[in-house]
Amino acid sequence: MSGLVQWIDDRFPLTKVWNEHLAQYYTPKNFNFWYFFGSLAMLVLVIQIISGIFLTMHFKPDTGMAFASVEYIMRDVPGGWFIRYMHSTGASAFFIIIYLHMFRGLMYGSYKGKRQLVWLIGMALYLALMAEAFMGYLLPWGQMSFWGAQVIINLFQTIPVIGDDLSIWIRGDFVISDPTLNRFFAFHVIAVPLVLVMLVFIHIVALHAVGSNNPDGVEIKQGPKGNRWSDKAPTDGIPFHPYYSVKDILGVVVFLMIFFAIIFFAPEMNGYFLEHANFEPANPLKTPEHIAPVWYFTPFYTVLRAVPDPFGGTLAMFGAIIVLFLLPWIDKNPIKSMRYRNRANKVNLAWFVVVFIILGYLGVMPVTDVFKELGTRMTQVYFLFFAVLAIHSRPKEAKYAMWFVILVAFVAITDYLRLDPSFSAEQTSQFWIQLSIPVIYLAMTLLMPMLNASCNAEKPVPARVTS
Amino acid sequence: MKLTQLISTLVLSASVFILPSSVSANGGAELQSANIDIHNQASLQRGAKYFVNYCQGCHSLKFSRYNRIALDMGLTNDQVIENLIFTRDVKGNPTKVGNLMTNALDKEAAAKWFGAPPPDLSLVGRSRSADWIYTYLNSFYADPSRPMGVNNLVFPNVGMPHVLAGLQGLATLHEAKADEHGDAHHAAAPTLSIEEPGSLTQTEYKAVTRDLTNFLVYVAEPVQLHRKTYGVWVLLFLGIFFIFAYLLKKEYWKDVH
Repeated sequence: MSGLVQWIDDRFPLTKVWNEHLAQYYTPKNFNFWYFFGSLAMLVLVIQIISGIFLTMHFKPDTGMAFASVEYIMRDVPGGWFIRYMHSTGASAFFIIIYLHMFRGLMYGSYKGKRQLVWLIGMALYLALMAEAFMGYLLPWGQMSFWGAQVIINLFQTIPVIGDDLSIWIRGDFVISDPTLNRFFAFHVIAVPLVLVMLVFIHIVALHAVGSNNPDGVEIKQGPKGNRWSDKAPTDGIPFHPYYSVKDILGVVVFLMIFFAIIFFAPEMNGYFLEHANFEPANPLKTPEHIAPVWYFTPFYTVLRAVPDPFGGTLAMFGAIIVLFLLPWIDKNPIKSMRYRNRANKVNLAWFVVVFIILGYLGVMPVTDVFKELGTRMTQVYFLFFAVLAIHSRPKEAKYAMWFVILVAFVAITDYLRLDPSFSAEQTSQFWIQLSIPVIYLAMTLLMPMLNASCNAEKPVPARVTS
Repeated sequence: MKLTQLISTLVLSASVFILPSSVSANGGAELQSANIDIHNQASLQRGAKYFVNYCQGCHSLKFSRYNRIALDMGLTNDQVIENLIFTRDVKGNPTKVGNLMTNALDKEAAAKWFGAPPPDLSLVGRSRSADWIYTYLNSFYADPSRPMGVNNLVFPNVGMPHVLAGLQGLATLHEAKADEHGDAHHAAAPTLSIEEPGSLTQTEYKAVTRDLTNFLVYVAEPVQLHRKTYGVWVLLFLGIFFIFAYLLKKEYWKDVH
C-alpha cells in the first residue's frame, strides 16, 4: 500500500493534496451547528449529479415526449421513482442548505477581509444554482414548468430596446417551445453543472488558502502557534481529518434521515417541492389562474411583484440578488461575529430573516390588497437592511438620528411615487397602516441604539476562540 | 402501517404550515372528504372495474399499463383480459396486457361533442386531490341550460355529461337562500337533492364514487403502495447508523478541549 502511494507521489502530489486540504488543514476547534451546511451542500451536489445522470438515461427533451418520459420514469423504470424523487427533493434540499450556509456567513461575518473572494465565489455559485434550478424546472414540461419559464423569460422582454430580441434569443423561438426545452436541457445537464463543480472547487481552494472563519470571528492563524500535530499550526486549530470528517458524518446521517423521510413519506411536500399543477402537461393555450414559482424563488418573486412597473420590478428583483454580492463592502465593521457586535445589529439580522421568510411566503400566495402592500413593505425593509448594515459599520460614530431621517424620507419618497389615486379605499388604508412597518424597523435599528447605550455597546472580541 | 402514518404526519406537520393547494380551483364549493384507503385492494379492484366500464370510453390512462395495475391489485393477467380490457387490435384480439390503458376516442370529434377533449386521467389524483374527485362525482345536478343537461358544483359549466346518472339518479339544485341581510357572502352553500333516483341508493352510489376515487388516486402514483415501507427500513438503518456515528465522533473528540 505504501509502495503504491509512493509510486503515485512520485508522479502526482497525492499526499501533499491530502495533507493540505484534509489531514493537515487546521480548522478552528469551535465550529457549531451552522458549520455542517458546507459539507452537506457538497453532498447534495453529488446526489443531484448522480441522480441526474440516471434520469438523463430515460428522459426525452422533446415537447411531445418530455412529460410522458417523466411518467415513464415514475412507473416503468425500475427504481425510477426513487431516482426522480431524490432529484426533486434534492433541488429543494440544496436551497435550504445554501440559505442556511449563507445565513451562517451573515451571522459570523465570513465575507469580511481575506474571505471577500470566498463570498464572491459563493454568490456566483448561488446564482449558478438558481439558473440550474430554473432550467431544470422546465424539463418535466408540466403546466408550472411552462408558465413559470414564461414569467421569467418575459422579465428579459421588459428590458428597453433589446428586450424583444433578447427574449427571442433566449427561447430560440417566438414562444417557449421545443428549441427552448432542448437548450434548457443542454444547459441543465452540461453547461451549468460544469460551472457549479468548477466554482465549488475554487470556493474551497480560496477558503483553504485563507482558513475557515468560526463563530467567534477570531483569526486562529493570528493566535498562538503550536499544537499536538505541528509546531507551526495554530494552537486553536485541529486537523480537518479526522475531527471534522468524523463530525460531518453525524451531520450527514441526520440530513439523510430528513431527506429520506421526505422522499418516502411526503415527496410532494404538500405541493411545495412538487407543485400540484405540474402534474398536468404544459398547455400554452391554458393559463393557470395562479402561477407560483417553486418556494426557493418566491422571496425574489415577491420583490418582482412589489414594483408595478415591469422593468422596475425586474431591476428590483436582480438588485435584491446583486446587493448580496456587495455585502463585504457594505458591512465594514471590523468585528466579524455578531456575538461581539451591538444589540441593534442582532435586531437588524433578525428582521432580515423574518422579512426573507415573509417575502417567500407571499410569493406562493395569491395577491390580495393586504398581501400586495405587505410585499411592498417587506421589499422596502429588505433593501433598508443593507443601508442599516452600512450605518452599523461604525456604531460609536454613527449619526443615527440623521440616518433615521434620511431613510424615513427615502421610504416616504418611494411611497409618494407609488401612491396612486386609483387605489381603492382598502388599498389606501393598508398603505397607511403598513407604513408603520419600515418606520418601526428603522426605529428599532437606528433610534434604539441612539437612545439606549446598552443597545449600541459592542463587546471586546477575545484573543482566542471560546471553546 | 401505524409507524409509516406517524412519520408522514411528523414530516408534514413539522415543515408545512399552509397548503399552496388551498388556492386550487373548486368553484367555491366546499370539498367533501373522500376518506379513501389505497391499501384496500377490493376497493381498488372495484374502482378499476367502474373505471373501465363507465370512464375509459372517453378518458384514457395513457401512462398506466394493464399488467401493472393487475400486479398491484392482486389480479392475474387472464382476469384482467377477461374483465378489464374492452379494446381490440385490428385482428380482433384483446389489447395486450402490457399495453397502456388508452381508448379509441377521436380527440377532434370529442372536442366538437363536449367543447374540449376529455382529459387523460392518469395524474388527476395528483393534479387535483382525492377530495376534489370524490366531490366532483357527487356534485352533478340537472341544468337544462347546459348542452348535456347537467352542471357541476365544483367544476361549473363542465362539458362532461353525468355518465353515472343511471346509478345515482339526477340531482336538483337548491340555490342558497341569502340570509336576512341579503348578504351573498354569508349565504349557506347551495344544496343538492336526488328527485329522480337511479338504480343505486345514495349510500351505494357514494361507495362507488369512493372506489373510483381510490383507484384514480392509486393510479396517479402506483409506487405509493410500497414507498412508505422502504422508508421505514431506511430510517431504521439510519437511526442505528446515527448511534455509531455519534459514538465515533465522541471518541475522536474526547481530547479536544
